[in-house]
Amino acid sequence: MFLARVVGEVVATAKHPHLAGQKLLLVRPEATPGRPEPATVIAVDTVQAGPGDRVLVADEGNAAAQVLQKQRGPLRTVIIGVVDETDAQNA
Amino acid sequence: MHFARVVGTVVCTEKVPAWRGQRLLLIQPTDSAGKATTARPIAAVDTVSAAPGQLVFYVRGREAATALSDPENPADAAILGLVDAVRESSQGQA
Repeated sequence: MFLARVVGEVVATAKHPHLAGQKLLLVRPEATPGRPEPATVIAVDTVQAGPGDRVLVADEGNAAAQVLQKQRGPLRTVIIGVVDETDAQNA
Repeated sequence: MHFARVVGTVVCTEKVPAWRGQRLLLIQPTDSAGKATTARPIAAVDTVSAAPGQLVFYVRGREAATALSDPENPADAAILGLVDAVRESSQGQA
């Protein structure tokens, strides 16, 4: 899982049946100081996240299947939480 | 899931049985604006009848194989959708 910021949405009419009806959001993983800015990725929203939200993203097929209550399929990147706050030292 | 642009097709007469009738496309990973990244092109199974030049999104890893009806196949990348539009929100950049 990683922390990311919702930076937009992706519209795709033609998509794999497993993704039917899912909201696709564009998220930017939080950068590590001193390292290049990570590329944005597309994640399925399961928590009604919106633009600007700091979110928790899982990137694994079994996690995606569980939170979507679906059979295993080609989905692996899902937003599973809206982060209220984090408390970390040297992070 | 990541963005890519379809840059070509891959034709294999001899291939694993699970891929029979399946299209393989060559895709160049891009950013959300469709600009190519430094990543090398990859071959991906196509599930949405994508065409060369189109911006698509794809999944990598074990999950890619489950995009096909027979999940027992060796795919490690699968095209899952055609990108119609990307709406980036300025407030999200904060």
